Amino acid sequence: MNFSLTKEQEFVRKMVRDFAETEVEPLAADIDAEHRFPEETVAKMAKYGLLGVPFPTEYGGAGGDHISYAITVEELSKKCASTGVICSAHTSLCCWPIFNWGTEEQRQKYLPDLLSGRKLGAFGLTEPNAGTDASGQQTRAEKDGDYYVLNGAKVFITNGGYAETFVVMAMTDKSKGNHGISAFIVEKGDEGFSIGKTEDKMGICASSTTELIFQNCRIPADRLLGEEGQGFKVAMSTLDGGRIGIASQALGIAQGALDVTIEYMKARKQFGKSLSKFQALQFMVAELATEIEAARLLVYRAADMKDKHLAYGPAAAMAKYFAAETAMHVTTKCVQLHGGYGYTKDYPVERMMRDAKITEIYEGTTEVQKMVIAASVLGK
Amino acid sequence: MAFNIIVCAKQVPDTNVIKINPKTGTLIRDGVPSILNNDDANALEQALQIKDKFDDVHITVITMGPPQANDLLFECIAKGADEGILVSDRAVGGSDTWATSNTLEAAVRKWVKENGDYDLIFTGRQAIDGDTAQVGPQLAEKLDLPQVSYVEEFEIADDRKSVTVKRQLEDGYELIEVQLPCLLTTIKELNTPRYMTVAGIYGDKEMKVWNAKDIEVDLTKVGLEASPTNVFRSFTPAPKQPGVKIEGDTENAQAKNLLIKLKGKHVI
Amino acid sequence: MAINIIKEKCIGCGQCFKSCPKDAFYFEPYDGNKLGKVAAIGPSCDFCNQCLTSCKFGAIEEKKVEVQADLGDYKHVWVFAEQRNGKLMNVALELIGEGYRLAKEISEDTQVCAVLIGDEADIAPLAEECFAYGAEKVYKIASPHLKNYTTDGYTFALKEAIDEYKPEIVLYGATHIGRDFAPRIAARCNTGLTADCTRLDVRVSSYIEYTSKNTTLDTSTLDPNDPSTGIKQTRPAFGGNLMATIICPRTRPQMSTVRPGVMQKREPVAGATGEIVDVKTTVSADDIHITIKDIVKSAKEMVSLTDAEIICSGGRGLGDASGFELIKQFADKVGGVVGSSRAAVDAGWIDHSHQVGQTGTTVKPKIYFACGISGAIQHLAGMQTSDCIVAINKDADAPIFEVADFGIVGDLYKVIPEIIAEWDNAEALYDASTK
Repeated sequence: MNFSLTKEQEFVRKMVRDFAETEVEPLAADIDAEHRFPEETVAKMAKYGLLGVPFPTEYGGAGGDHISYAITVEELSKKCASTGVICSAHTSLCCWPIFNWGTEEQRQKYLPDLLSGRKLGAFGLTEPNAGTDASGQQTRAEKDGDYYVLNGAKVFITNGGYAETFVVMAMTDKSKGNHGISAFIVEKGDEGFSIGKTEDKMGICASSTTELIFQNCRIPADRLLGEEGQGFKVAMSTLDGGRIGIASQALGIAQGALDVTIEYMKARKQFGKSLSKFQALQFMVAELATEIEAARLLVYRAADMKDKHLAYGPAAAMAKYFAAETAMHVTTKCVQLHGGYGYTKDYPVERMMRDAKITEIYEGTTEVQKMVIAASVLGK
Repeated sequence: MAFNIIVCAKQVPDTNVIKINPKTGTLIRDGVPSILNNDDANALEQALQIKDKFDDVHITVITMGPPQANDLLFECIAKGADEGILVSDRAVGGSDTWATSNTLEAAVRKWVKENGDYDLIFTGRQAIDGDTAQVGPQLAEKLDLPQVSYVEEFEIADDRKSVTVKRQLEDGYELIEVQLPCLLTTIKELNTPRYMTVAGIYGDKEMKVWNAKDIEVDLTKVGLEASPTNVFRSFTPAPKQPGVKIEGDTENAQAKNLLIKLKGKHVI
Repeated sequence: MAINIIKEKCIGCGQCFKSCPKDAFYFEPYDGNKLGKVAAIGPSCDFCNQCLTSCKFGAIEEKKVEVQADLGDYKHVWVFAEQRNGKLMNVALELIGEGYRLAKEISEDTQVCAVLIGDEADIAPLAEECFAYGAEKVYKIASPHLKNYTTDGYTFALKEAIDEYKPEIVLYGATHIGRDFAPRIAARCNTGLTADCTRLDVRVSSYIEYTSKNTTLDTSTLDPNDPSTGIKQTRPAFGGNLMATIICPRTRPQMSTVRPGVMQKREPVAGATGEIVDVKTTVSADDIHITIKDIVKSAKEMVSLTDAEIICSGGRGLGDASGFELIKQFADKVGGVVGSSRAAVDAGWIDHSHQVGQTGTTVKPKIYFACGISGAIQHLAGMQTSDCIVAINKDADAPIFEVADFGIVGDLYKVIPEIIAEWDNAEALYDASTK
């Protein structure tokens, strides 16, 4: 058992922390208020390799691992959870399935642009009537000679408005249920593919969340990712990894909220002493810090298992479930510790609390995580 | 032939984080991170910008310090430098700026012996732990190079035989042309240092450690005993007596009371 | 190591460990005392001498430096009288004042001498000013090749003069030129140089007087009757967190750069005269390896923080860049100059030339108004010797109040307009208050 980070991982933390303090934090409140996707920040993230952290350099990746990827999302999310999820959705939900399930031709074609950040990626699974129950896919893909023709719609797609490469699930054989789902790579500009409305959300307001609409969308047959009927497997394995990303985002939100709260508690005086001198409040901070540390251990452990090619699904589910609930609990308490100021937009904890909520919902709700965990503990 | 740049950099404690133990009056260095000295980051950045522009540029970072100063080389290479050399030896401990420049001179000469001539040396103007701004000019003297300090703008001629720089003055600047090789000391106005890249962090690193014997330095010219200056005493400045709080029910009353006090002390 | 541990006196108690900022002490086994161990010093020692007074048993002693015999050939205090375009820098006059004090502390017959380097037409008229401010002799090094400052030319010229006349001490202003020039010449002379000094002493007795009055230094190990006159150069280090006194015991001349605004000018004596020595220099164009293509006075507003009698400074508490409009109004009203903290400069609200503090300008105005400045130690290092400090800050516990003579806890956006409004009534208000 080894609980220390490698030198490379430490340096990734230092680098992303510097980056986040200088490039991300100053924009966070404004892009939240304006609901503006931070294209300029994404371009900078691309330049420094933050959009291809855990992939080999032969495909244009940074040659890092999943712990350094988790650290990247964590450090970005400490300052801005929207920026964190842009990185996470791109990396875990688009780059990873192409890297893992793609043919060598597909890897060569898509990964260099994605990992260098020249193009952003997104992932389309959720539909209006297929959320937690992903098997109820209504988007259909019909083979037509050397083409597939897609019809249907996806909702709540992170990065939707800015991505150029999409991994999309569609039903190729409805009679087979889950085994009739297939995964496809769809490109921005494909005939019959368009972006629908942009969601107006409670939190992570600077991330782009849109519909994807397929109306007789014709794509070449070589866009099939994996084999026909493997789509559900592609989706579920992708989400396993995605959970590490979201857990890291939740961890970052929680740590970021606690950091600013500690600063505030030292500066703010009531009854003639700093808030940080009141034992009741000290105890609250102690509890929050411990929860965050526990979440961090779960997240890094899941990432480490992924790096070691161990079965990390249940570990990722535990990390995501626990980190998300921690983020929600910590941010709620941090607003409380700020008192009235915490409820205003003058202080970042208000935004962090709104941002935290989504981590309990997307890429598998807390309830789905518990289903995964229970199945692994109790057996099916 | 490659265009060779040497950057001299120092690992320093982040002085913004240092606190004083009010009881003992000593510095609390626990948990104070070591960082690449600010002005040196600008020096490296300028070298990297030259490398961005020409494809045959080779950047060597030389630092002197304890073994942990390896981290500085790691960081510089992760930003794009080609090679890092740590000069580390107890024999050079306690060196003042004169003795430090002797050590660096020997390291540069050793580098030249192995690799051939260099074209440019960059150093930061000064390190935040000492703020002396002496090592750059002193190294230039030892290497018999022209120097320009406080460089705030930089342009290299297309033939790479000379550079034109702006040297900052208190009330303006001088525009200076100088033939290469030369030594330039950089300030923060010159550029904005880039971050490391993740690929740089994970990439291969050409790093080595040289001791006093490796650099063939004259041991009578380095270290504490050889340094012309020594610390006589060190201490913390005494805090001043607390002042007077100006009371007043309104801001206007506070303003008036302040002016009365200032007038009473004959300061206005 | 700059200290020795006398094993026979050490009882192995470890009290000295606490005094060391570098954790350099460790125990080694020793048979001669009850605890069976003595303190020893490891490689992390950075020779700060803070442990000297920590041992109650006298087991820590300072290593004495052996001094060469020929140092006595060097006499008199030189001041590099920096001029630009035929105008002396203020710091040159301050240094003549300080040099005078040091010279007389060394001995009655030690002189303070100004060294003028430049083009004949530029520097000839300046000798008079140097004499008026206390110089007893002026060395004039004139050459058309020295018209503008170049590191090469000036170093060549001054080295010749030092070799010939052998000064004991050479002082330079810590200007952008002084800080370029001094290290180069010190290296060429293979002598020591101490940067950015804020206090100089030659007598141990005056050093004791200064440190016991102004610092936390335990002076019990210093002998007030010590006859030595080596220079003791005190300067801030670690961002002003620590003061270090530096000596240069083995080489001559001893050299220091001194921060502008720190030392006192003497009252000028009109018509004072002294000896002018024309130093022959052999500097030629071949000795100069850079080409100055242009010297530009920047168009940006001239801030002479060093000369200002009143400074109105703004910091992070202004909230944004527009806060400096109020500070400017304030400064205009009181006849002051706008300063700023590092935080405000780093935030991009105001140009670096306004920055007061460790990495900016050191100031010593009659009144320093710190508005919305919390008082980070770096800032205090640059302004705490101001004659009178007024702090205006919302946070009653801001460290700035610890150095302020007068503090107002309140919103600067409300307080400052009131001060501006009442400024001209100060006299009347004072009179009314005394009745």
